[in-house]
Amino acid sequence: MSSPESSSYDGTENVEHGKARPTEWPLWEIFIRGQHGLSHRHVGSLHAPDAEMAIKNARDVYTRRNEGVSIWAVEACKIAASSPEEKGPLYEPANAKVYRHPTFFDIPDDVGAM
Amino acid sequence: MTQPQFEFLTRLGDNTLVLGHRVSEWCGHAPVLEEDIALANTALDLIGQTQLWLGLAGEVEGKGRDADTLAFHRDVWDFRSLLLVEQPNGDFGQTMMRQFLFDAWHSNYLAQLMDSSDSRIAAIAEKSTKEVTYHLERSSDTVIGLGDGTEESHVRMQKALDRLWPFVGEMFVSDEVDAAMVAEGIAPDPASLRGEFDTLVNNVLTAATLTRPQDDFAHKGGKTGGRHTEHLGHMLTQMQWLQRAYPDASW
Amino acid sequence: MYAQMIKSTGEGVKSLDEMDPQERAFQERINANDKIEPKDWMPDGYRKNLIRQIGQHAHSEIVGQLPEGNWITRAPTLERKAILLAKVQDEAGHGLYLYCAAETLGVSRDQMTRDLLSGKMKYSSIFNYPTLTWADMGAVGWLVDGAAIMNQVPLQRTSYGPYARAMVRICKEESFHQRQGYDIMMKMANGTEAQRKMAQDALNRFWGPSLMMFGPSDENSVHSAQSMAWKIKMNSNDELRQKFVDQTVPQAEYLGLTVPDDTLRWNEERGHYDFAQPDWDEFFDVLKGNGPCNTERLEARNKAWDEGRWVREGLLAHAAKKRAAAAQVAAE
Repeated sequence: MSSPESSSYDGTENVEHGKARPTEWPLWEIFIRGQHGLSHRHVGSLHAPDAEMAIKNARDVYTRRNEGVSIWAVEACKIAASSPEEKGPLYEPANAKVYRHPTFFDIPDDVGAM
Repeated sequence: MTQPQFEFLTRLGDNTLVLGHRVSEWCGHAPVLEEDIALANTALDLIGQTQLWLGLAGEVEGKGRDADTLAFHRDVWDFRSLLLVEQPNGDFGQTMMRQFLFDAWHSNYLAQLMDSSDSRIAAIAEKSTKEVTYHLERSSDTVIGLGDGTEESHVRMQKALDRLWPFVGEMFVSDEVDAAMVAEGIAPDPASLRGEFDTLVNNVLTAATLTRPQDDFAHKGGKTGGRHTEHLGHMLTQMQWLQRAYPDASW
Repeated sequence: MYAQMIKSTGEGVKSLDEMDPQERAFQERINANDKIEPKDWMPDGYRKNLIRQIGQHAHSEIVGQLPEGNWITRAPTLERKAILLAKVQDEAGHGLYLYCAAETLGVSRDQMTRDLLSGKMKYSSIFNYPTLTWADMGAVGWLVDGAAIMNQVPLQRTSYGPYARAMVRICKEESFHQRQGYDIMMKMANGTEAQRKMAQDALNRFWGPSLMMFGPSDENSVHSAQSMAWKIKMNSNDELRQKFVDQTVPQAEYLGLTVPDDTLRWNEERGHYDFAQPDWDEFFDVLKGNGPCNTERLEARNKAWDEGRWVREGLLAHAAKKRAAAAQVAAE
């Protein structure tokens, strides 16, 4: 339920997100595709000793109410995430390309639905 | 031929009732959160199956008893659960070994029941099969993982297997109730399922690096109700207490 | 279920002008209802407070399994047994979601668990009360979940993204919890003489502890003010407690049960019920570890953890063997 990324913090006995100590099961991020044909969506995380058990645990933890038909499990430490400092360079160029959005174009009402 | 069919249905329903109860005892006490949640799912499936089997049993009997009456108002000698499912939880290893041995029998038995000449039974079997297939997947994975885990987990799993093995044979004993069910095409002959069970169990035990006990001695008396374990009575004192203490109440 | 906010570590609320530019930018984002995400910069106090709050909340869910779990094997019908089991299972799930949310702040679930087991981290005081009759399953669902929802619904809008998302899922799943409790209470209140008595007794025992769930009055608390500025606390304790009483009293009347408070009356002027404060001495005793069930609750959690060690280690060892075997095959 959380987020596939984490920040580091030295105030506690801390480990990088998903990098478990030898005694702890690794953290997995769970993505589920529901019945309506939408793409897989991040639903949350859980701990499991390996990928197979992660998928089984996901079935038990995240589909108690028939939420999903397909499950992906990704080890949290294997996820590459953009960092907030890159927000500008990553997304701002797209802001300039307003013509990518349908509302950019004025179509007369007489033409009908488009 | 109501009586054998009633008997047969209570066997199915009492197995899931008693095992579901046992598994539910773990709620809040499992080794890790993910397992706690998974065990509760198994227990919930089994309780749901109980409602169906005992519900049908009451219907077939025709004396106005519903699933709850059968579950909460029969004494030990009227129960028809296998001795295996009455066994206490023990440690997590014993619980999962018990689950695996039962699932290995249960999944195959249900698969056969889907072809029952009685459509009501076939329908319950079909619904249950989906759940039990997953139970078996999960319990065999856990038995393999713990058997082939650390030295301690291996020792504990071998101990659990040795402890429970004498209760395996009862699942494959055929009696006159089974014969009546076979004759009507309602259910398979339990004895005929042993071969497939052995193959499955041998494969899992090999992967788990566990040794199958040599002695196939089998305790009996659960499915006939002839001689249950002492454990069942204690379970019923807890399970049935409210219903028995306040018989005029509805809940 | 929910975490009581007892202590905070903040040092008073700074005005925007007193903040350095980084902190100011952070506060302005919160003021604009932006969500803070794990990789964003955040003040140390914000992170510490969140870890403590989310951790307490998670622990409350986990320990909260115990008082209701106490009745699963004694549930009076198959359906009640299934409903109760599903509900207690949900609490485990909610604990799991919350631990995961806290983990994004850089603390591990194992460490939070150890802090719970050693008594360093707290959980909601309500779970240190015993469940003595079947009516307690009704009272816990109706009152305890009812009080928890008061707190959890606004937390869906909390400033920390992972926490807010966890709360959205939790609130969605919890919607049946309070109803199943009230449903039990209705059955009991309209049942036999003995059932009625059980229902009233349960209300008598759980009323005060439910009011305590919101924590002591925090009107003048600097810490609460800071948490509210950070939007990790959305309402004052008194505000939520009043809302709970206003909502619950008519529900008790509908059941024909008596709220155990002689001073309770509708105040036309305020448009709220006046009610007596719970016994705060008792509350602080429970916090100190002297509640009726503190010892049993922590014992049960410690036992599960200690006896589960070989299982966790065993499955981990097996996973390592499988990985090694796969690597071997790949190398050949």
